[in-house]
Amino acid sequence: MADKRYAYYSGCSLEGTAMEYDKSVRLIFDALGVNYVEPDDWSCCGSTPAHTVDHVFAAALAARNLSIIEKMGLDTVTAPCPACLMAFKKAQYFMEQDEGFKEKVNALLDERYDCGVYAKSTLQVLYEDVGLEAIAKRVTHIIPDMKVAPYYGCITNRPPKIAQFDDPENPISMDRIISALGIEVCDFAFKVECCGAAFGVPKKEMVNRLSNKVIAMAIDAGANCIAVACPLCQQNLDLRQEQINQTTGSNYNIPVLYFSQIMGLAFGYTPKEVGLDKLIVNADHFARSRITKEQYEELKQQQQSAKKKDVKKQETAEEENP
Amino acid sequence: MDAINLTESIDWNFIEEVKKESGQDPSLCYQCGNCTAGCPYSHYYDYPVSQIMRLLQAGQKETILKSKAIWLCATCETCTTRCPCEIDVAHIMDVLRIMARRENKVSEKDIKTFYDAFLDSVKKFGRMYEVGTLISYNFKSGHLFADADLGPKVMAHNKIHFLPKKIKGSDKVAKIYERYQESLKKHG
Amino acid sequence: MRVGVFICHCGNNIAGTVDVKAVAEEIRKIPGVAHATTYMYTCSEPGQDEIKQAIKQYNLNRIVVAACSPRMHELTFRRTIEKAGLNKYYFEMANIREHISWVGENKEANTKKAIDVITMAVAKVMQDKPLFSSSFKINKRVLVIGGGVAGMQAALDCGDGGLEVVLVEKSPSVGGMMSRLDKTFPTIDCSICILGPKMVDVAQHDKIKLYAYSEIEDIKGYVGNYQIKIRKKATYVDWTKCTGCGACMEKCPSKNAYDYFNFGVAPTKAINIPFPQAIPKKAKIDPNYCRQFTKGKCGVCAKICPTKAINYEMQDEIVTEEVGAIIVASGYSLLDLDRLPEYGGGRYPDVISGIQYERLLNASGPTAGHILRPSDHTEPKTVVFVACAGSRDKSIGIPYCSNFCCMYIAKQAILTKDHIPDSQSYVFYMDIRSPGKGYDEFTRRAQEDYGVKYIRGRVSRIYPKGNKMVVRGADTLLGTQVEIEADLVVLGTAVLSNPDAARLAEKLHISYDTFGFYVESHPKLRPVETNTSGVFLAGACQGPKDIPASVGQGSAAASKVLALFSKDMLESDPAVAKVDINKCVGCLKCVRTCPFQAIKDKELRDGRIVADVIETVCAGCGVCTSTCPCGAIQLQHFTDNQILAEVNAICLG
Repeated sequence: MADKRYAYYSGCSLEGTAMEYDKSVRLIFDALGVNYVEPDDWSCCGSTPAHTVDHVFAAALAARNLSIIEKMGLDTVTAPCPACLMAFKKAQYFMEQDEGFKEKVNALLDERYDCGVYAKSTLQVLYEDVGLEAIAKRVTHIIPDMKVAPYYGCITNRPPKIAQFDDPENPISMDRIISALGIEVCDFAFKVECCGAAFGVPKKEMVNRLSNKVIAMAIDAGANCIAVACPLCQQNLDLRQEQINQTTGSNYNIPVLYFSQIMGLAFGYTPKEVGLDKLIVNADHFARSRITKEQYEELKQQQQSAKKKDVKKQETAEEENP
Repeated sequence: MDAINLTESIDWNFIEEVKKESGQDPSLCYQCGNCTAGCPYSHYYDYPVSQIMRLLQAGQKETILKSKAIWLCATCETCTTRCPCEIDVAHIMDVLRIMARRENKVSEKDIKTFYDAFLDSVKKFGRMYEVGTLISYNFKSGHLFADADLGPKVMAHNKIHFLPKKIKGSDKVAKIYERYQESLKKHG
Repeated sequence: MRVGVFICHCGNNIAGTVDVKAVAEEIRKIPGVAHATTYMYTCSEPGQDEIKQAIKQYNLNRIVVAACSPRMHELTFRRTIEKAGLNKYYFEMANIREHISWVGENKEANTKKAIDVITMAVAKVMQDKPLFSSSFKINKRVLVIGGGVAGMQAALDCGDGGLEVVLVEKSPSVGGMMSRLDKTFPTIDCSICILGPKMVDVAQHDKIKLYAYSEIEDIKGYVGNYQIKIRKKATYVDWTKCTGCGACMEKCPSKNAYDYFNFGVAPTKAINIPFPQAIPKKAKIDPNYCRQFTKGKCGVCAKICPTKAINYEMQDEIVTEEVGAIIVASGYSLLDLDRLPEYGGGRYPDVISGIQYERLLNASGPTAGHILRPSDHTEPKTVVFVACAGSRDKSIGIPYCSNFCCMYIAKQAILTKDHIPDSQSYVFYMDIRSPGKGYDEFTRRAQEDYGVKYIRGRVSRIYPKGNKMVVRGADTLLGTQVEIEADLVVLGTAVLSNPDAARLAEKLHISYDTFGFYVESHPKLRPVETNTSGVFLAGACQGPKDIPASVGQGSAAASKVLALFSKDMLESDPAVAKVDINKCVGCLKCVRTCPFQAIKDKELRDGRIVADVIETVCAGCGVCTSTCPCGAIQLQHFTDNQILAEVNAICLG
C-alpha cells in the first residue's frame, strides 16, 4: 500500500459539521497504511449549488482543485463526500469527452487542467486498493450486538456511467467491508434511496419525510444502527432525526455512524478518537459492548459447545419419547 | 382551459437548445414513466418528471421553466440510472433549471436563495462557511428561525466553526465567478 | 466476340442521376461491342424479350446488363440468355443503381463512373468461360433440430409427406416451452391437452426417428448429402428397459435438484421424469445432484427399479445419421431474473418470472395447480404483473419487443382470478401488443370481465416490506408515482435466443443476428429459409413468436423441404473453385484456409499430391484463389485473369 499516493480531498462539509467523518477516515487510512496528502489550498468543489448555475462554471470550480492535484504530480484523488466525488468525476468526464467544453472550463481557470486526475470514493480505495483481507487483518475488536444497515446514498454509485464502481442498484462494497470487520450486516433494501440531499435547509419537511423512509426500512430490516458514506445523508438522518420524529410522528432513536467510525472502533481506537462524541444520536453503547477478537472467539466456542449439548439432550429425549 | 395549439406553441428552438446543452435527445423517450416511478421527489413535483420530458418533447418552454419540479429535483440520478432508453434525465432536469435561472424564472425562491447563499460564501472564502451560509439564507429568505432547533445540538457536540476559514487562493476562486459572469455577458 | 450491352433506365431510379443515353454512346465505341442500347425496365417481360431478339438480330455472343444489383436479377437475366441459346455464364451485370445512381447526386460524375463500371463489365465478359452445372443425388431424409411445437409440426408434415425424419431434442422430453404452459391464449385451451396428441404422433409416427436427450455434435456435407453426428447424452437409465413407472423418483433421497422443466420454481429429485405427460416417459439422473455420483453411495433407485434399468456406468454415445436437408427449430430462452437488480434480481422468493408462475398455475406443476407464494406457501391475494421486464430496454441490450408477453400476462391474470376468486391482479404495462385473431378482445376481457387493473407505466423498483413486496411504478395516465403492496410479483421476462444458438449456427454455417436469433433469407418474402441452401428455420429460433406463428413456420419449413426433395437430383453451382493439376505443387495451403473444408488432397496416378475441390461443398468464396502461391486453384467465373481484365479496363484504358 505504501507505494501509491492519493490526494485526499476532505471537502467543506468534512471541515464543518461532518468533522468526525474526516477524523475517522484519516485514522483508518493511517491504520491501513494508505499514503495520502491534502491538496494545497483547496477550494470548494461547488457541490449541488454550482451545477444548478451552469455546467462549465461547476466544472471550473471542481477543476481548480484537480489542476492543483495534477501539479502536485498525483493522478488519483479520493473524496469521502459523494457530492465532491461526483463534481470531480463529472468535470473529468465532460472535459475528457468534449474538447470544446474543456477549453471553456480552462478559460475560467488561472491554472489549466489537463484531465490527468481520476477521482475514487473512499469506499473504492478501501475495497479495491486496500482490500478486504488487509482490513480484516487489522481488526482487533468485535462489536457483537451491532446490526448495521449499510446506507450508500443516492450518488455514491450512480449514474453507473460516471461512478464506474460497485452496482448502482445493490452495491456491496460497504456491506463487505463491514462484514470483514466481523459485524452483522442486515439485508437492507433502501441502500440507494435518496434521503433528501441538499434540501435540508430550504425544504426541511420534504427531507424529513424522505429520510423517514430510509430509517423505517433500516429498522424493518432488523438493524439497530445505520452506516453511511455521505456527510449530507448523515446530517439528514442523525442531526435531523428529532425533526423527522416531529414531522412524521415517529419515535426513532437509531444511531447513524460513518462507516469509517465503525472501522475505527473495530481497529481498537477509542470512541473519542473516532469522533463518536460528535454524533447527535448517541452510539456510545456500541463502544461499551466492544470485546477483543480473542474474547469473541472464546464466546463463540462456548456458544457452540452449549448448542451441541442441547442437540444431544434433544436427541436423547426423542429416543426416550418417540 | 383551451386546447394547446401545438402549431403555434411548440418552441422548436427551445427543444434544440436543450438538446445541445444537455447532449441528450428527447425523441428517444417513449414515455414509459420509469423515471417518475423511481423519482423519490415525485409527490412534491407539480409535473412528474416524465411529464416534464413530455412537455419538452412538445416544446412547451414556458410551462417547464415556470414549474416547481425543475427546482425540486435533487439530481439523485435514479431516473438516469433506470431509464431504458439510456437518456440522462437528471442532466436534462439540471439544464432546464439552469435555463430557468438564466431567464430569471424561479418558482422555488427559497431553494435558489439557499444555493446563492452557498455560492456567495464560496466566492468570499473559497470554501463553504456553514454558519455564514445559514445566516445569509435565513435573512434573505425571511425564514429567520429556519433550523434554529439544530443550533443547540451542533453546539453541544462542538460541531461548528464560528469563524470562517479563508483560503489563500480565495481571490482565484472569486476570479472564476467573475470570468463566468463576463462570459455570460459576451455570449448572452 | 460480339458483346451486347443493355443499359437500364429503371424508370427514374437510374436515369434520374445517370445520363444513360450518353453512357450507351460511349460504350458503343469499345471494340468488341456489337450493340449497345438503353431500355426503360430491362427486367420486365418486354425488356427480356428485347435482349433475346437482339441476340438473334445482332448475332451477339456475350451480354452485359447495366442495371441494379446482381442480387436482384442476375438469375433472371441468366435464364433469359440461356433461353436465347447462350451459356448462362456469358453474362455480366454492372451495378449502376445501388453503386452509382442511388449513392451520388452529381449527374456528370455518375455518368462517368457508370461508363467506367460498364467498361469493366465488358472487359470481364470477354474473358468469361462457359460453365456447366452438374447434377447430384439427394438423400430424401430430413433432420429436425428441436422437438418443440415448431419442430414437431415440421417433423409431422415431412413425415406425412412421405419423408423419413430424424428429430433431435436436447431435453429428455419433446414438447418444448409449450409443454410447460398451463393454458394458451386466447381460447384458454389446456396446453398439454392440445400438444399431447402431437407429441404422441411424433413418438408413434413410422417415419419419425426420435432422439431425445441428444444434441447435434457435428455436421458435415452439403445440401442433399449431410452426415450428422448426434450425441446421445447419458441418462444413466436404460430407456429400453425403463417403463416410466416413477418408483425411482418417489424414493430418491436427493430432494434439492434444480428442476429444469419447472425453471427452478421448486426443487425436484436427482432422478426424475420431467412431467407426467413426458414423451419419452423415461427417467434420467442428474449427476450434479445424485448422491451416487457426488458422494459415491446411495443406489436406492437401482435397488427399487422393477426392470433393473439403472446404469450408473452409462456413457454418452455418438451416432451418425445421413440426411438431405435440415430444419432448425431450436427455440428460445428467457431472461435471467438476476439481470433485473432493481426488481430484486432473484433475491426475493416472491418475485418470480412468467414461466415460473405458469408452472405454479399448472395442475401437474410443483404445487398441483394451487397458486402459493414461494416464500411461505400461502395463497396470494394481491398479484402484480410487470410487463416488459427486460424487453424494449436498450440499457440492458434488449431493444426489441418479445412478442407474446402482453398476451400471456392477460391470460395469467385471468387464470389467477379463476384460481383465487377473491384476489386482485394488477398489470403494469407500456403498450398492449395484441395483434392476432381474438387477441385484443382477450386483453379487454381481462380488464372488463375479470377485474384486472391495468396501469400504464413502468415499474422502477420492487422491495420487501414486512412479508409483502412493494411494487413502485408509475401511472403515466394519472401522472403520478404509484405503489402497490403485492403478495406475489410476476415479471414478464424478455425472450432471448437459445444460449447455444451461436454454437449451433456455426455447425450449420448459418448466420445469426446480434441477439442470437437466426437470420432468414429475406425478412418479408423468405422467412423460413436461410442463405445456406438445405437449411431451413422454424419457430422462435428465428425471432420471438407465439404458438400459431411457430406452427405455421413449422409447416412452411416442411413444405420447403418437400419442394427441395420433389426432384431426384439437384443442380450444383458451377461457379466454384477448380484446380489446374499442371500448376498445383501440392502445398495444400488452400486445404488449410478453406473455411468450408471443401478442398481435399488427392494422389494422382504418378504419385504426385495435388489439391482437389469438392464441388458441391465449395461455396465460391475465393479465399483459396488468393491463397494459392501458384495460381493453380482458381474460382471459376472470378479467375485472376478475369478480375485483372476488369482492373486493366479502368487503369489502362
